[in-house]
Amino acid sequence: MIASILRKLGVELALPLILFGLLYALSASSTNFFFPPLATVLEKFNSLWLGPRFVSDVVPSLLRLLAGYAMACVLGVAIGTVIGICAPLRRAAEPVLEFFRAIPPVAMIPLLIVSMGFGNTMKITVIVAGAIWPILLNTVEGVKAVDSVLDETCRTYQIKGAARLWHFILPSASPQIIVGMRLGLSIGIVLMVISEMFAALDGLGAAIIYFQRSYEIPQMWSGVLMLGLFGFVLSMVFRLFERYLLAWYHGARDLERQN
Amino acid sequence: MTGVETAAVVSVQNLNKAYESKERRVEAIGDLSFDVRHGDFTCIVGPSGAGKTTLLKCLAGLLAPTRGSIRVNGHAVTSPPEEMAIVFQEYGRSLFPWKTVRENVELPLRERKIPKAERQRLVDSALEAVSLANSADSYPWQLSGGMQQRVAIARAVAYQPKVMVLDEPFAAVDAQTRADLEDLMLRLWGEFDLTVIFVTHDIDEAVYLGQRVLVLSSSPTRVLDDVPVDLPEPRTQAQTRIEPGFAELRTRVYRGIQLAKKAKGPSEGAHS
Amino acid sequence: MSASNEFVGEARAVSRHAPRSHSFGWAGVASWFGGVAGLLVLAVLWEAAPRVGLLDAKFFPALSAVLAKLAVIGATSEFWGFVASTVRTWMLGLVIATGSGVVMGLVIGLTPGARKYTHSTIEFLRPIPSVALIPGVILLFGSRYQSGVVLITYAAFWQVLLQMLYGLNDIDSVARDTARSFRFSRAAYVRHVAWPTLLPFLFTGVRLAAAMALVLAVTAEMVIGSQGVGRGIMVAQASNAAAEAYAYVLVAGLMGVAINIAARALERRLLRWHPSVRNAGGAR
Repeated sequence: MIASILRKLGVELALPLILFGLLYALSASSTNFFFPPLATVLEKFNSLWLGPRFVSDVVPSLLRLLAGYAMACVLGVAIGTVIGICAPLRRAAEPVLEFFRAIPPVAMIPLLIVSMGFGNTMKITVIVAGAIWPILLNTVEGVKAVDSVLDETCRTYQIKGAARLWHFILPSASPQIIVGMRLGLSIGIVLMVISEMFAALDGLGAAIIYFQRSYEIPQMWSGVLMLGLFGFVLSMVFRLFERYLLAWYHGARDLERQN
Repeated sequence: MTGVETAAVVSVQNLNKAYESKERRVEAIGDLSFDVRHGDFTCIVGPSGAGKTTLLKCLAGLLAPTRGSIRVNGHAVTSPPEEMAIVFQEYGRSLFPWKTVRENVELPLRERKIPKAERQRLVDSALEAVSLANSADSYPWQLSGGMQQRVAIARAVAYQPKVMVLDEPFAAVDAQTRADLEDLMLRLWGEFDLTVIFVTHDIDEAVYLGQRVLVLSSSPTRVLDDVPVDLPEPRTQAQTRIEPGFAELRTRVYRGIQLAKKAKGPSEGAHS
Repeated sequence: MSASNEFVGEARAVSRHAPRSHSFGWAGVASWFGGVAGLLVLAVLWEAAPRVGLLDAKFFPALSAVLAKLAVIGATSEFWGFVASTVRTWMLGLVIATGSGVVMGLVIGLTPGARKYTHSTIEFLRPIPSVALIPGVILLFGSRYQSGVVLITYAAFWQVLLQMLYGLNDIDSVARDTARSFRFSRAAYVRHVAWPTLLPFLFTGVRLAAAMALVLAVTAEMVIGSQGVGRGIMVAQASNAAAEAYAYVLVAGLMGVAINIAARALERRLLRWHPSVRNAGGAR
């Protein structure tokens, strides 16, 4: 039992450790100003990001992201559900939505800066404006495609209105909605960083750009590493959340796959 | 037996259903009339393409008839009637995969605003009746096909409908399970005093289960034969199927279906 | 299954709703009409809101002003130069990403055991936002277009790779066993079994990657300052030319829509022969 866990761990860690080791070794003797040894970067990482900068930069970034992302989820699912259920509305909205979602959200940043200033409101608005699209569109898709037999079942058992939405439509659409939320999270992170790079006094993006401009290169790379970890950890958290919410879906699909 | 009890629970009068497309008009159901009384177990058989599913959807209020009427419990069917419970053939797709067995059976009762204690009782007794009390907290996809269909049946039973309609419910399970499910249906019918309309393509099953077998013609469908089944009760797989009466009835139904396949009904359809 | 499903028309009509209209010609026209109506509503709102004062016209010019400006700059060679730059960055990044994604996907998917060893690395690297590379590419390439290409390649590569892996995972086990029992060579297996299954997934991956690539191209231009539509936005905004800035934003949006339409049309054409155009991934 222990042996199998260890073996699994070994498989999971083998390649990453090899790559890490290679990078470490190859960069150890680097004298390139722009690509310092991995050891130096790690040292800066330790002193900066596991230290004071965590509170002063990572936390504000995280809060902005969460605020924007939460709003994008709520609005995206709400609006997406309304549009998805009402067929004529959906037909009317489809081209409009396709257009809006094609606009790079980054393009809105300078425009929002002039109308909203440099503060948190602007950044959160940017995050919402970008993250909402995959959530909204995937909600529409999910709500649109419900199983016809289940639909007939609901009708014959008089399950209508709000109950139908809560017990049937939303759970049925949830796998698709979650796909949208996953994409929305990635987009949210990107926009969080970029909006901070443009205009902020604190935050991960701001810190990285600051280091880059003042040519503090190892610190800059340590910031990049922190950003990578940030994305990775959030992605893992999302995974756990998804596994809990969609336990039924994964179970049913695994069974289907076996047959 | 009072007059109320012998009145028809389901009354189909001159039902006609036609589908129109760009090229043609097809009449699924020509002229169908029959009554079902309280407590009956009525089986409906017919050749492929006999519009059995169309009839079912009309009964269930899922499709509007082109002509004619369907009345359930005295009032006309314009939308799914409250007093009717349907058990679909695709049991896998008719159960909510995100709900446990218990939650699945309970859901229609919640919509009826039945108080919690009463709901529990109904759900428990229904699951007990289909022998799934131990699987109450499993998910449908964790159960076998036969068990899933039993959950669907339990749900229908717990709903306490005036009429239970089943659409070829055992077509997609293996023969052994089918025999068990047939006996389960008979038991439930007796225990819960149900009125059952059972659509099937299996002649043996229809004669085994029903007190009456309606044989439908091919499209445009009408009732070709109305066969009373007076086999002794209680029916058992071992005994009933070797009764002489069984073979006769079976043959009569079989002949009816052969006839139905050969002669298409009066062709009012196929306009261009 | 239910034998009565053979019945013509029954399977269609016996659907969720009672058939609302018996004349199927109308449905197509109605949906086209609905879409146009939606766009018209949007256009009217965009025109009216700044005029009426709902939105400050200084920051949010009316649609007519933006379109007029678009007509003006559309006549300049500078504009088309920007568009060409963006397209070049986009295409280069997409091609490199697709190529490397396909190759990597085949290697990882078809080499026994490779998948489980690479799983953790992929899962770690994948969520790293491509913007994290921005400082790196600035150092390497400055504001040359290669910066954008690197960014696009990095992000789009993962899209393609993942879809390849999903596809390879999805190969019907019966088909695989059949191929094995007939002793297909590696190459034959890839050609006859793996590739046809893969194709829809690959297409989804490329389609998603294409949309992402455009966004990143514009982003790179805006943040790093390379030539392109993004730079057009920044320059216009810096000189307070709101209408011009929005004109460029509109252009970026239209390019995105065009790419999406083209990708879907291509997908439909090339996959018409495919027996089961699967709902691969399902992401939009």
